[in-house]
Amino acid sequence: MNHSISLTVNGARRDFVLDDPRVTLLDLLRERLHLTGTKKGCDRGQCGACTILVDGKRINSCLALAISHDGADILTIEGVARGDQLHPVQAAFIAHDGFQCGFCTPGQIMSAIGMMQEAQAGNDPERIRECMSGNLCRCGAYAGIVDAVLDAQGQMDETSQRHSA
Amino acid sequence: MKQFDYVRPATVAEAVAAAAQPGAVYLAAGTNLLDLMKGGVSRPDRLVDVTHLDGLDRIETLADGSLRIGALVSNADLAHDANFAKSYPAVAEALLSGASAQLRNAATVGGNLLQRTRCAYFYDPASRCNKREAGSGCDAKDGENRGHAVLGWSESCIATHPSDFCVPLVALDAIVEIEGKGGRREIALDELHRLPGDSPDRESALKAGDLIVAVRLPPAARGFATHARYLKVRDRTSYAFAVVSAAAALRIENGKVAEARIALGGVAAKPWRARAAEDVLRGVAPTADAFQEAAWRALTDAKPSGDNAFKIELARRIVVRALTLAAAGTPARLPALPASPFASTSGAIHA
Repeated sequence: MNHSISLTVNGARRDFVLDDPRVTLLDLLRERLHLTGTKKGCDRGQCGACTILVDGKRINSCLALAISHDGADILTIEGVARGDQLHPVQAAFIAHDGFQCGFCTPGQIMSAIGMMQEAQAGNDPERIRECMSGNLCRCGAYAGIVDAVLDAQGQMDETSQRHSA
Repeated sequence: MKQFDYVRPATVAEAVAAAAQPGAVYLAAGTNLLDLMKGGVSRPDRLVDVTHLDGLDRIETLADGSLRIGALVSNADLAHDANFAKSYPAVAEALLSGASAQLRNAATVGGNLLQRTRCAYFYDPASRCNKREAGSGCDAKDGENRGHAVLGWSESCIATHPSDFCVPLVALDAIVEIEGKGGRREIALDELHRLPGDSPDRESALKAGDLIVAVRLPPAARGFATHARYLKVRDRTSYAFAVVSAAAALRIENGKVAEARIALGGVAAKPWRARAAEDVLRGVAPTADAFQEAAWRALTDAKPSGDNAFKIELARRIVVRALTLAAAGTPARLPALPASPFASTSGAIHA
C-alpha cells in the first residue's frame, strides 16, 4: 500500500509517495532528495551523525520513520547557510578546527544549533559537553568542537544583546 | 527489517482496536522500537502510530493537586518544564541523565516506560533468550553479565529494566492510566513491570491493545521537592545506561525523617522500590548511620546473577549517597552532569 506524505525540507515543501513504510527520515533525505550531508553512521541512534532538526528540535533521523512525520518541518545541514554566508556555527567549526575527517561534522553542527535553541547549556563548557554527548567523534576533535560551540554561543548572545539594546 | 502494515488511527478507540490484533504494536517516537526492528529483535506485523493522536501531549495539574503527564509528552519537554522540574526534581534529573539530547527530544513518556532491556543477548537474535523467544534459554547466565540483575531475577532471565525515569516515578507512587478494550483503567507504576519468573517474555501487566495514555503523580509526590535526588553510576559520564542508580526523596520535619522514598534502577527487571529501607528511616534523624542501615535493608535480598556481585555493594553505596544528597537539599539548579556522582556541583559527600 502506498502512503503519501508531505514535508517541508529546508524551507521547501516536498511531497512523497512511499511504497514502503520502513523508510526512515535519514534514508528519505539521502536516497530520495540526495541531501547526503546528513550522515548514516551507526543507523541505531548511538552516534548522532544523522542529527537533523524536526519542528525545531534535534533528533536522530535514523530512528524516525518518515511516514510518521507527515507534515513535519525539517532542517538539515544543507539548509543552515544563507547562500555563501555560513551559519555562525559552521564558521566557528572551521575557525576552531572542530573536526578532522569531517564525517560527524554535519551532525555535530545540527546538534549544536539545536542545543543553542534549547538554551540549557549557555556558555558553560561542562554543560555543553553534556548536552553534546549524543554526537560521537571518532577523530576525537571534542576540544575544538566545544571551543566552536562556545564561540558561536558567544556570537549569538552578542547578536541578541544588540537586537534587544 | 521485516515488512509491516502501517496504521495511523484518528482516535484512541481506533488505536486500541487496531493494536488488539495479534502481531500489532504501538509506535510512538520509535527510538527503541525501530532499533529493535532493525536488529530483527522485534518483528511486528503492524505498527499502530499513536503520535498523531490529540490530547496525549499535555502536562496538567488536576484539581486534587495531582500532576497528569500525557503519554506523548517528550522526555525533554517534561524535564525542561520549569514547574515540573521544581515540583519533582528527582524525576527531571533522572530524565536528563538518560540517553542523549536527541533521543530525549523524540522519546515519549509512555515509550520510556515500555522500553525493552538492553541485555546484549536479548539484542542478538543469534543468542538464546527466554525474553525474546520463550523457552529458548538464556545465554546471559553464562555470558557477559556484569551489568545484569541482582534483585528479582530468575534462572530464566537476569535482564534489567533500563529506564531512569521510572526509578523516581516508582518512588513517588506514580500511577499509569491505560486505555484498553474494556475502557479506561489505572494501575500503580510498581505493578506495570513484571519480574521474570519462568515467563520473562511477559514483561508487563498490559494486555493486547492496551495503550498507556498518561502517567499521574499523586498530590503527596510534591511533598518531597526540597529533598529529592537521583544518582546514577555509569560506565561513562554521559549517554550511558545505569550500572546502578537510586532515587531518594525525603520529607524532613523538625529534624526527623517524616517519610522516605527510595527506589533503585539497573538492578532488576523493574524499577525497584525499596519499601523496607524506607521504613528504617521513618521518624529517625537523617544521619549517616540511619542511611547505612536503610541501604543495607534495601539490598537484603540481593544476590549476584553472574559476575556482578560488585553491584550489590555499589547499590548500597549509591543508596547512602543519594540519601545524603537528598538530605542536603535539592540544588537550585540541576548540576551540569545530571545524576552524576562526578558532578562538580552535586555537593556530594562520600558515603
